Amino acid sequence: MACTAEAVAEAVRAVAAVVVEHREELIRLDREIGDGDHGENLARGFTALVSKLDEVPSSPGGVLRLAATTLISTVGGAAGPLFGTAFLRAATSVGDVASVDGAAVAAALRAALDGVVARGKASLGDKTMVDALTPAVAAAESVAAGGGGVAEVLGAAADAAEMGADSTVPMVARKGRASYLGERSAGHLDPGARSTALVLRALAGRAR
Amino acid sequence: MKKIINDPATVVVDALRGMALAHADLLDVQYDPAVVVRADAPVPRKVAVISGGGSGHEPLHGGFVGRGMLDAACPGAVFTSPTPDQVAAAVARTDGGAGALLIVKNYTGDVLNFETAGELADGVDVRTVVIDDDVAVKDSLYTAGRRGVGGTVLLEKIVGAAAERGVDLDGCEALARRVVSRVRSMGLALTACTVPHAGEPSFTLADDEMELGIGIHGEPGRRRVAVGSADEMVRSLLDPVLEDLPFGEGDRVLLFTNSMGGTPLIELYLAHGIAERLLAERGIVVERRLVGPYITSLEMQGMSLTVLKLDDEMVELWDAPVHTPALRWGV
Repeated sequence: MACTAEAVAEAVRAVAAVVVEHREELIRLDREIGDGDHGENLARGFTALVSKLDEVPSSPGGVLRLAATTLISTVGGAAGPLFGTAFLRAATSVGDVASVDGAAVAAALRAALDGVVARGKASLGDKTMVDALTPAVAAAESVAAGGGGVAEVLGAAADAAEMGADSTVPMVARKGRASYLGERSAGHLDPGARSTALVLRALAGRAR
Repeated sequence: MKKIINDPATVVVDALRGMALAHADLLDVQYDPAVVVRADAPVPRKVAVISGGGSGHEPLHGGFVGRGMLDAACPGAVFTSPTPDQVAAAVARTDGGAGALLIVKNYTGDVLNFETAGELADGVDVRTVVIDDDVAVKDSLYTAGRRGVGGTVLLEKIVGAAAERGVDLDGCEALARRVVSRVRSMGLALTACTVPHAGEPSFTLADDEMELGIGIHGEPGRRRVAVGSADEMVRSLLDPVLEDLPFGEGDRVLLFTNSMGGTPLIELYLAHGIAERLLAERGIVVERRLVGPYITSLEMQGMSLTVLKLDDEMVELWDAPVHTPALRWGV
């Protein structure tokens, strides 16, 4: 089963709804170890994105590119460039094809992760979104290699991302604003890892 | 939460409208994307000095736009870095043909967005200087590095004066790096602040507690300690600052005593007097001072101390005329 531009746009709208729904949770998580704007910033960006999707671009890559430019120009903070870069690299990976299959989704997720790592320079274990995205990509690639479709690939990615996000709780942050807290950052769920897992779960929920 | 606002989502734009009216002679404010520009920009053949960051630190940065300081400021959402489009718009609007110097405080979001903006700048020579003067943060492989805090104000004034005199981009960049290498800061909070969209304080402190080593975003500090006397508080900020560079006997310095927003001038002057006394005891010569709320965290009570090791050129540039909403002398 493959996804068209309209299906990708629908999935992105679902992401927006989930982000808005979890806005306060993300603000709370960020306030504990950061500055408390993560939920606000993402909600602002995805809300702006939904209004731009009144006119859906003609290809899945076009939708992802629109998401990237909108997030970069409306989110701010560290999340703007990081989520923006993730979507931009995914768009480039997908290219101009009319629909994407499971293998293309896994490749797009890999490209997104590489982009996030290049821009944010975080590694596994730094208590960032990379801790959610890295296992998600591995799971997605494994399912895609076995011939899984878009829904299976994204479902596996979301499961792995949730476990990866949970794994950030005991970590001491080494990147971003939470790193200033040193040992005090341990015992808290990383807001960027949490939002990454939420985004993937929302995408998986819409994939057919 | 009690605040003089209508809607948390429009606080920054609503404030910018008032600021534009209040300082129409100095500033030209554009809204989409939001950029505060000096009214006579672009100034031909002058290096454009641009800074920005989250809102909520007023007068930083918009209050420092004008002759002798910044050509433009990019105000992000409250405590959130500006987006690359804002920075790119500021560069385009102020380009006088001599390039642009971006002054960026070392926070992950600011660095990422300004970095992205630098890649968007078309045909303008854009350089970036990151300031990281906060001694409360360990600069190591295991942190995002020291934060940029109070030293930013002094950096913007000194580099702004150099650009106004016609110093070229290489010269401005080298000067900026020299200032960054010679300035150190540390701050404390007596109360938290409330970000409008969050609606409740960023942390809670008991009556007898303070946060030592805070940044400028209401984030918790390095340690929570008991509130002592003013002497003890000033010492707790000054000692780590002086030990870090280190500053020593015979050094000529600029001492900047800053309110985080909620501490009144009476307490700030009191603290400043103590800091001057402690510096004199160490044989450190205070040649210039700045006292007031210049880089704030909304209504947070607290203060920061910044010490800059001066040389003759920096003194001259500090004294040079400046005409902005928040700093004005020599004009």
